[in-house]
Amino acid sequence: MYDVVIVGCGVVGAATAFELSKYKLKAAVLERENDVAMGTTKANSAILHAGYDPEPGTLMARLNVRGSALAGELCRALDVPYKQCGSLVVGLSEEDRPRLEELYRRGKANGVPGLRLLDREEALALEPNLSPETVGALYAPSAAICSPWEFCLALAETAVNNGAELHLDTAVTGMERGEDGWTVHTLKGDFKARYVVSAAGVDGAAVHDMVAPHAFDISPSRGQYYLLDKSEGDRVGHVIFQCPNEKGKGVLVAPTVHGNLIVGPDAQPVEGNDTATNADGMAFVKATALRSVPSVDFRASIRNFAGVRAKSGDDFILREAEGAPGFIDLAGVCSPGLSAAAAIGEYAAGLLKRAGLKLVKKDAFTVKRRRIRFKELPPAERAALVERDPAYGRVICRCETVTEGEILAALRGPIPPRSVDGVKRRVNAGMGRCQGGFCGPRVVELLCGELGLSRREITQDQAGSWLLCRETKGGGERV
Amino acid sequence: MYELIVIGGGPAGLAAACAAWDRGLRRILIVERDKELGGILNQCIHNGFGLHHFKEELTGPEYAGRFIQLLKQTGVEVRLDTMALDILPDAEGAAVHMVGRASGYRVERTRAIILAMGCRERTRGAIGIPGTRPAGVFTAGAAQRYVNMEGWMPGNRVVILGSGDIGLIMARRMTLEGAKVLACVEVMPYSGGLNRNIVQCLHDYDIPLYLSHTVTDIRGKDRVEQVVVSKVDEKRSPIPGTEMVFDCDTLLLSVGLIPENELSRQAGVEIDPRTNGPEVWQDMETSIPGVFACGNVAHVHDLVDFVTEESQRAGEAAADYVIGRRWEKGAGRPTSDERTIRLKNGDGIGYTLPQRIAVDRVDKLCTVAFRVSRICGPSRIVATDGAGERIAAFNRDRLAPGEMERVALPRVLLEKAAGDVTLSVEEKEGESA
Repeated sequence: MYDVVIVGCGVVGAATAFELSKYKLKAAVLERENDVAMGTTKANSAILHAGYDPEPGTLMARLNVRGSALAGELCRALDVPYKQCGSLVVGLSEEDRPRLEELYRRGKANGVPGLRLLDREEALALEPNLSPETVGALYAPSAAICSPWEFCLALAETAVNNGAELHLDTAVTGMERGEDGWTVHTLKGDFKARYVVSAAGVDGAAVHDMVAPHAFDISPSRGQYYLLDKSEGDRVGHVIFQCPNEKGKGVLVAPTVHGNLIVGPDAQPVEGNDTATNADGMAFVKATALRSVPSVDFRASIRNFAGVRAKSGDDFILREAEGAPGFIDLAGVCSPGLSAAAAIGEYAAGLLKRAGLKLVKKDAFTVKRRRIRFKELPPAERAALVERDPAYGRVICRCETVTEGEILAALRGPIPPRSVDGVKRRVNAGMGRCQGGFCGPRVVELLCGELGLSRREITQDQAGSWLLCRETKGGGERV
Repeated sequence: MYELIVIGGGPAGLAAACAAWDRGLRRILIVERDKELGGILNQCIHNGFGLHHFKEELTGPEYAGRFIQLLKQTGVEVRLDTMALDILPDAEGAAVHMVGRASGYRVERTRAIILAMGCRERTRGAIGIPGTRPAGVFTAGAAQRYVNMEGWMPGNRVVILGSGDIGLIMARRMTLEGAKVLACVEVMPYSGGLNRNIVQCLHDYDIPLYLSHTVTDIRGKDRVEQVVVSKVDEKRSPIPGTEMVFDCDTLLLSVGLIPENELSRQAGVEIDPRTNGPEVWQDMETSIPGVFACGNVAHVHDLVDFVTEESQRAGEAAADYVIGRRWEKGAGRPTSDERTIRLKNGDGIGYTLPQRIAVDRVDKLCTVAFRVSRICGPSRIVATDGAGERIAAFNRDRLAPGEMERVALPRVLLEKAAGDVTLSVEEKEGESA
């Protein structure tokens, strides 16, 4: 019998597991996919918003500001790439001025620190590549960028290291309430729990409907992005938003913690988890981005992708479900979900406490995580590292300078990757300009060796995404 | 302290190192990131290599093998499974940071450097194909590695986008291994590959080639299930209503090669945006004295034979640079009284290599490699000087961007030229290809 079962290991589920692993209780996270961070968490803007956007008084407003601050502390503590680079909302016409002022007021009400309205010259001095049409900007120094999947992974790993269980490939198929709590049916058998927390993203309503009368809809909204080569990584130094107006929210142009440039998203309503890109959407993103930063060189694009945001009304839905005591919904966590996630985890613990769960702090809670990043080490440390473990002397991913040692360390970590993209999310191999063309076969080889699998069993990413189908006539096993 | 460090042990690096040895250098190091020498030739198990250089038809590994044998007869040092990470040029030469499993992290000093890192393939992200992102989209070279080096098939039903040579070769290779290649799709109205590959890899196996078509959608959640191909107009925009749907599990991309110059850029070498490679003098020296470049890192070749020839030139020049006999006025930049010419691209020319010529250092002929930017029928390649005087002209029956061309400009004519020289294509009117 578990005290708490969490459904879903995106950043919200992981943050909840992280928070609960501080207490003396038995918790398990059930994840449908073969890895954590497989939904919205791996495909978003990778921004920790300052928090001037949400309507004051909403959960979004409260948890965004608190969550962003927590995320900064957690990223530092857990060795997650993070940079507080600040953001600018850029006004491109006189009509934008009152809107920037409104955002400023909202930010003040939400408690966003350091907000400042900039005139044209100040804005251009901060960001020389802004459009000459710029009339002014709202500067938010607390906005930051991070690696969203590594943030999620670090939270989940820390939860696991502190006693929480993570069950991958464990899709929930149904749920019922018995006398002493919940029985959660999954493809891997039943889990009994006193409390259930649903952090099921786009499927939040479907999971809710398993246990309680239909109470909300999720309207999936797809956002498409360009990721550009590091040659464009310095195009801007801050997250550049456009001033929202009657034409929409605009798109952002931002550096990533990995040194690339990210541009997007658009917003298209879709059915379910449809992450396909389309030419119209990509053209819109490009044209819109060029309005605020006209010099972005889209020929340097190395990847397009799309993520689906689980939107439901105007605010997050974080509450015990009516008619289902002990079942907590963490639903409708669209933007600024990544920013708020850590605070949502705290908030979820509070909801569980209110629902009757006893929260007693553990004597020992370990928050420690270090990852060796060969590329970032100075020469002397590189030399010492290779001396100690020669696997760090073999560069597997040329574009990102990722070594075999780093990949092996990930494969032996608390939540080992099982796919080529799982390796990519942990160590960046294949994330660069050749997109895994060179390192793909070598990563497959390491996965096979470490997991004891055949080439046929290795996937690109989720289950079913097979890479190689059979040996050639000459045979592969003998090679 | 080395006299020369060659970065890359593929065909370019091998030929350059051998030539530098033959010219008298004795402390040469090749740094190769793979576990064996030969570079991409090792996975090119088809034949057709060496027709120019060896006057016989070899496979890729055989061609590489010839040079590896030659290298063994020299005292050139080779460090395998080692990656060059940084080049820091200074007044005496350069420091090269490198790391390898066996050799550890090392900083080696050298007088001269030859960049021979080759190229990489353009990816789906670079050309922005819309659709889902399932497994089963491979660059042709990555698929070639799986099939020829690892012995594994990346799929059973295949569509190939791009008619570059690797794509064409892989169409035949996948067919021979029992896969069904449904189509080869090319966005341009002409193929980017060698004509002999169109015939021997597509026609001979009844694989249709769709010119002026492109992939407009990829479908499938986990693995590719369908690929949608549409016809394009003159501006290469897809024409609605022309969609063809192919049921397949694999899409191979052969959509171009990009010289791999991250190391060169880091070192401060000037890059020509047309070749995506370093700007070079006629002896393959880059904008940094003592740093040379050759092979696909300088510009993408169709034939390895020409890589060899170019790399030998680079190897000899690097040796001359180190030994100091290259130019009686001493090694280094052309002096101010030396005559230098910039080679400019006129109508119909996509790029030229070299981009700069130091006339006094040209032996008798200056070989200029170039690609045209469009298909041309019977034409004249014309070299014009700054005063508008035509200094040389060369006849060609047919020109295509997919085939690298070369002309040799005599030194005597370059000496007479006023100002910079422009190369351009003049199509002969009234004649057809």
